[in-house]
Amino acid sequence: MALTAEKSLKNPYLSQKAEILEIFQETEIEYTFRLESDFELNFGQFLEVSIPGYGEAPISVSNFTDQWLELTIREVGKLTDKIHNLETGDFLYLRGPYGNGFDFENYRDKNLIIAAGGTGLAPVRSLIEYANNNLDQLSDFEVLAGFKDAGSLLFERDINRWRQNFDVLLTVDKTCDIWGECVGLITEHIAELHLADIENTEVIVVGPPPMMKYSIIEFQKLGVPDDQIWVSYERKMHCGLGKCGHCKIEDNYVCIDGPVYNYAEVKEIRD
Amino acid sequence: MGFNFSKNEFNQLLESLDQEYQIYAPVRKKKKDSFSANDLITYDLVKSLEEIELTAKSKYSAKEIVFPIRETLFHFVEGEQFMASDTDDKYIIFLRPCDRNAFKRLDKIFLENGPEEDIYYKRLREKVKFFVIECTTGFDSCFCVSMDSNTVESRDYSAFLRFEEDGVSCEVNDQDLAAEFEAQAKEIDFEPEFIRKNKIEVNLPDRDKLTNEVFEHQLWTEYSQRCIACGRCNTSCPTCSCFTVKDVLYDENKKSGERFRRWAGCHIDGFTEMAGGHNFREEYGDRMRYKTMHKIYDFGERFDFDMCVGCGRCDDVCPEYISFSKCINKLSTIIEEGV
Repeated sequence: MALTAEKSLKNPYLSQKAEILEIFQETEIEYTFRLESDFELNFGQFLEVSIPGYGEAPISVSNFTDQWLELTIREVGKLTDKIHNLETGDFLYLRGPYGNGFDFENYRDKNLIIAAGGTGLAPVRSLIEYANNNLDQLSDFEVLAGFKDAGSLLFERDINRWRQNFDVLLTVDKTCDIWGECVGLITEHIAELHLADIENTEVIVVGPPPMMKYSIIEFQKLGVPDDQIWVSYERKMHCGLGKCGHCKIEDNYVCIDGPVYNYAEVKEIRD
Repeated sequence: MGFNFSKNEFNQLLESLDQEYQIYAPVRKKKKDSFSANDLITYDLVKSLEEIELTAKSKYSAKEIVFPIRETLFHFVEGEQFMASDTDDKYIIFLRPCDRNAFKRLDKIFLENGPEEDIYYKRLREKVKFFVIECTTGFDSCFCVSMDSNTVESRDYSAFLRFEEDGVSCEVNDQDLAAEFEAQAKEIDFEPEFIRKNKIEVNLPDRDKLTNEVFEHQLWTEYSQRCIACGRCNTSCPTCSCFTVKDVLYDENKKSGERFRRWAGCHIDGFTEMAGGHNFREEYGDRMRYKTMHKIYDFGERFDFDMCVGCGRCDDVCPEYISFSKCINKLSTIIEEGV
């Protein structure tokens, strides 16, 4: 039985075709794809990205305007290997956006600190760009970004540009440092951040689960209350629609209730 | 409206309904179970009363009729997507109160959770009429009374049937079907009856006392040693609704293929695995804890009733003889006595 166009439109599992406008190599295994887009996006949301025949994966939107969006994709499997073979002018298939994202109103006129570990910088990059362009809407702004080694540094061109306007503290876990800057885990550098006026400070922590856990402990030690800490959780957001169940933690469906949470609300939850 | 049918009259009714509906009911398939020489009780199409198995519990529920084990979402040809076609078939499902209540759970996830309805579930679900089988004695592993799913409200079924020695008495609530019932039977007064006490009773833990401290309890470590992560409890559960989406490319033409979904289970390896290989619940006991909390707490926090309907199928199919009702009772005892 043939299907009407109207019925197809209501099918949230169908994706739309988006042309690749530009590709930026970030590291040996990570590329940023700029795609044409008419999605209405919020900072920190994600899309289900696919190439029909090769599967679908949740990918954070790592920056966007009204005309385009960017996806920073690491080569880790069948789908992402295939994506990495695409060129400008080819297409990716997208559906979304999904998740709540970061509500800028929670940070307006505050001192905002963003601590990001590795690819955790991708979901906060659009928020950082917005802050960079609207620094008058924040009382202070600072980014702490940690990478495994110099070879895994992401968004190098942005970081240099951001640094003309606000502090970006960079650190690498291993000895091979970036531009002669600090070495060590993110957690070792949290005390160096601008934390004089804690009452007026909001902290966003995004990264791999252990980095988030121990960074939050450091912020807590320095007196940041739980309700001034914000996190973005990565889980297996497989359908993005609150149906498939893979991303559920207790009574939260990360794909629809998150991925951004106020830490005070989720500090007790366990996978 | 109540009716009474002789067996012969009821078969005439089924014959008449069969013109318009695919009629699904539990059936007995001789020696078809996974263990040799055992019968498999499962759902299949029926055309007569004699085919319907009324003395044993089905191994699997009727869930697969509305949420198929494997379901094509769309076909694609070089990136163009075509939603999988649908048939004009309409369905009648014979099922017990617990299983009818299980569909209320599935409806919550597929139709209410999240911003959009699941169009694939919805288009099948809309074409289903439920014929509830009166169940006043239950089976050995049932605990529906404790889960408050032993009764069904009249708006939740098209017909409610009592199977008797020499015929069938029933109630009909569906204007679409009233004429066909009237044509075959005589009117009687009919009042549905429900089971009021199972052999097994569970004490649900006090919600306010159910804190994460109990996540660390050795109760779950014990399940790590017993559970083998086969996922039979998930596949036999009438309320498990999780699925995984996969793509296939056709061998004959690599430019075309399909995206389909198939059942997934929280006990099975890979359920939480993300790109790069990180898993959130490696220990099987943690999976048991996660499932238990979902069935008797988490779901109820989002909606207004618990997910588990107490059908006991997970106990019936577990190759390690893990009992879910015992697990709930152990958890309650631990909580009452203080973690």
